[in-house]
Amino acid sequence: MAEKMLIDARGSFCPGPLMELIAKLKSGQVGDEFEVLSSDKGSAKDIPEWVEKAGHEMVESRQDKGVWHITVRKMR
Amino acid sequence: MKILIIGGGMGGTILANNLARRLSTEIKAGKVNLTMLSASDQHFYQPGLLYLAVGQMMPDELYRDQVSLLEPGIEFHVDPVTEFHLDDNQVKTQSDRSYDYDVLVVATGSRPNMEEIPGLAENAEMFYTEEGALKMLKSLREFEGGRVVVCVGVPHKCPMAPLEITFMMHDFFKVRGILDKVELYYTYPIGRIHSLENVAKWATPEFDQLGIKYETFFNMKEVDGENKILRSEEGAEVEYDLLVTIPAHKGMEVVESQGLGKDGWVPIDRLRLNMEGRDNVFAIGDTTNLPISKAGSTAHFEAEALGENIASMVKIGQPTRDYDGKVFCFIEAGKDRATYASFDYLNPPDPKPPTRAVHWFKVAYNQMYWASARGLL
Ligand SMILES: Cc1cc2nc3c(=O)[nH]c(=O)nc-3n(C[C@H](O)[C@H](O)[C@H](O)COP(=O)(O)OP(=O)(O)OC[C@H]3O[C@@H](n4cnc5c(N)ncnc54)[C@H](O)[C@@H]3O)c2cc1C
Repeated sequence: MAEKMLIDARGSFCPGPLMELIAKLKSGQVGDEFEVLSSDKGSAKDIPEWVEKAGHEMVESRQDKGVWHITVRKMR
Repeated sequence: MKILIIGGGMGGTILANNLARRLSTEIKAGKVNLTMLSASDQHFYQPGLLYLAVGQMMPDELYRDQVSLLEPGIEFHVDPVTEFHLDDNQVKTQSDRSYDYDVLVVATGSRPNMEEIPGLAENAEMFYTEEGALKMLKSLREFEGGRVVVCVGVPHKCPMAPLEITFMMHDFFKVRGILDKVELYYTYPIGRIHSLENVAKWATPEFDQLGIKYETFFNMKEVDGENKILRSEEGAEVEYDLLVTIPAHKGMEVVESQGLGKDGWVPIDRLRLNMEGRDNVFAIGDTTNLPISKAGSTAHFEAEALGENIASMVKIGQPTRDYDGKVFCFIEAGKDRATYASFDYLNPPDPKPPTRAVHWFKVAYNQMYWASARGLL
């Protein structure tokens, strides 16, 4: 069954939200969703850019009280 | 009160010494027992591996007897933990002993995981173990020219290592007089050459000036050793003559198999450092799931915050402060220059241009580390 995982990467300058996502996505199953919380506005650009290159799928990207919630589905 | 620390690396040692000093009266009075269990009787200064790989340090400089670094009052056993029984406040060890605790701290570090990429272990050099660093030194000395590809897995410990080893190899080949025959080709998982934006901004023109090529959004998928090709998850491929990897890491096997955390990363509260759902189990250093650098300085600052809190829990029944996410990393920049990045959960780093003074300070720190582990620095 596909799962949804939360990656709380607020305050992560290094390795940063995208690296956290890449690391966690590896050990997930195809179809799993990963919601990244980021306090870095760069994530709203970085993450979708990589998701497209790596062949995964963007589910949602929204901002709430200074925190970006970016949800990605693992596709392969 | 029984305090049990698992792991005699950077985090465990700094914490144990910190607690032994803060709680010396309680330990002498027999009110507190402070025990450390480790997998080795040696303390290993891992940052020295970077220097070992380019012939600038020797293996014997990287080890000290663990006992010689510990304050009096710490009971130390070389007896690796094999089972965690958190509901019973007990661990079991290789020698078939059981240790009870009131407070448990897991500081077992992380390990390179070469196996996750097909062909990587057989074909790439890596300097994350003593054996690997010595083998890499031999390969660098025997290399006669061609393309050296640097490839990076996530997560990895020491986030500065990819840049540092690239600059250091540049210097190494220059001193060997073969730089004109070598093409350095650096790959990185995200869309810039380092995760820290300000570090990437500083390092990119340095790479350009030194003629170091780079490709971003490159996550290793497999290595074809026969044809000497590295392929990425993003569909790119690059040919290499020498492949150097900063491999992805995992936490220790026992942490994973005993169900403390996926891939061996213990889920903890970022401020109090306690394991999710447990008030008396803590984790520090590489083995946490915190989204911050897996670095010795992280382990050090976490150990100081936790030491203060455990001691105050003994003395006044409550913790006194939060861990603020502080990390401090030196960055070797080649040509005998270095800089550093210092940051926490709220404040990004702003590295200054590299200088010789910072490089020599790092070289001195490689020796001063032993005082730092004792908690004197
Ligand atoms: C090449 C390289 C360069 C680096 N450069 C830097 C740098 O410049 N700056 C920096 O800050 N950091 C650097 N680091 C990272 C730093 O060394 C680690 O982040 C740091 O050692 C982590 O500390 P730790 O206490 O979490 O784990 P470790 O220091 O790895 O200690 C883990 C301890 O746990 C013990 N152990 C393992 N399993 C068990 C078990 N089952 N039971 C009991 N004990 C167990 C081990 O014996 C060991 O004593 C570098 C690392 C490498 C490899």
